[in-house]
Amino acid sequence: MTRAIVIGASAGGVQALSSILTALPPHFACPILVVLHVPQRNDNLLVELLRARCLLEVKEAEDKEMLQQGTVYFAPPGYHLLLEKNMSIALSSDEPVNYSRPAIDVLFETAADALERDVTAIILTGANHDGAEGLRAIGAAGGTAIVQDPQTAEVATMPLAALAACPAAKAMSIDEIVLHLRQEAA
Amino acid sequence: MDAALVTSSIEDIEIQLLLEALYQHYHYDFRHYARASIKRRLLQARAQLGYGSISEIQAAVLRDSTLLPRLLDFLTVQVSEMFRDPSYFRALREKVIPHLHTYPSLKVWVAGCSNGEELYSLAILFHEEGLAKKTMFYATDINPTALKAAQAGVYSLDRIRLFTENHQASGGRSSLSDYYTANYGRAVFDKSLCSQVVFSDHSLVTDAAFAEMHLISCRNVLIYFDRELQDRAVGLFRDSLARRGFLGLGSKESLRFSSHADAFADFVREEKIYQRTGP
Repeated sequence: MTRAIVIGASAGGVQALSSILTALPPHFACPILVVLHVPQRNDNLLVELLRARCLLEVKEAEDKEMLQQGTVYFAPPGYHLLLEKNMSIALSSDEPVNYSRPAIDVLFETAADALERDVTAIILTGANHDGAEGLRAIGAAGGTAIVQDPQTAEVATMPLAALAACPAAKAMSIDEIVLHLRQEAA
Repeated sequence: MDAALVTSSIEDIEIQLLLEALYQHYHYDFRHYARASIKRRLLQARAQLGYGSISEIQAAVLRDSTLLPRLLDFLTVQVSEMFRDPSYFRALREKVIPHLHTYPSLKVWVAGCSNGEELYSLAILFHEEGLAKKTMFYATDINPTALKAAQAGVYSLDRIRLFTENHQASGGRSSLSDYYTANYGRAVFDKSLCSQVVFSDHSLVTDAAFAEMHLISCRNVLIYFDRELQDRAVGLFRDSLARRGFLGLGSKESLRFSSHADAFADFVREEKIYQRTGP
């Protein structure tokens, strides 16, 4: 059973994420952790925007807080977001990975380690390769790996890289991803 | 979740044993560091140092102390920049410095100073605000290589542009270039900035308070600790601060989860600057 959902997105990701998160019901039976690449000096206005539009609770992740169901946690700009085995959040200001901080790989690799098969990971649109190694780790640990169908992604580079690294991953449109999540954690 | 329900992979057991070995043999205590990031770093160390497993690192480091500094560099990797989060330094300048002017002499502790970026930022800030002459700085870290780098104050020139932008954004009253000499691709910071700095080995995990401080700056160090160890460190800061002294944390750190929160009041809430109040 999926105990957490992790999502990574880059270029074009605001729209894709917004479509998914606003379609999920309140009392969604899973915490959701998100890494979205944004320019570092850009304060996380996105969190404010989505908080107003989502039925789920949306917040910037805080160091050491315990995950709650039905809450969406965004990596703060300039910090990696990591998941601990006890389902608490850890932040780090280590060097960027794939030129990114936060990096999707860091979240996904720690989530694979903490939850093994009990995690669902999703790679959305983006123009780089971040998240590919992380998704491979999710797949190797037995978790569910989903990639936005490259043909439907605003920028296909990141989904293509993720599919290449994790051939077992399922490609889905945004609507299919929403349907899948609703079934998985209704 | 109940700790007993947390499964341990072989790798996790090996990491536990390595950390225990480092503590028992070398008295470096990483046992209460946040586990997810320490694991990432140890796996990097294993790959880059060319070992097949964490256990092999353990066997090697126990017998060969020359491996220890290289391992410490992985375990204590800290990335900083001068005047990182300029709004923090602006808040110090505008809100904290006026209070510090009222004291005849000052003690400032940069805890976990790593390669010294934070120390030089504060030293320059205090210089600009006319406090340098009456201030004693303590810069501490557990990593001897980092302490040496901090003492040397040499940074790659390609980082200086960022440092300069940060310094200006922090409300800098001078040009950063007044404080360093550039040559051979490196910026060497003025030794006079360090004339009243004590560089010292000190561990927030195992060591005690050593002086009464007016300002402690410890940013992006506590996030690497687990809650229990964060509590110890915050207790140490409480014991080290003069009454009404100031504590600055990283922008994503807070005293919210600390059992010592009552001893502090928000001073500049959005910049995570606290003031020592209670008992």
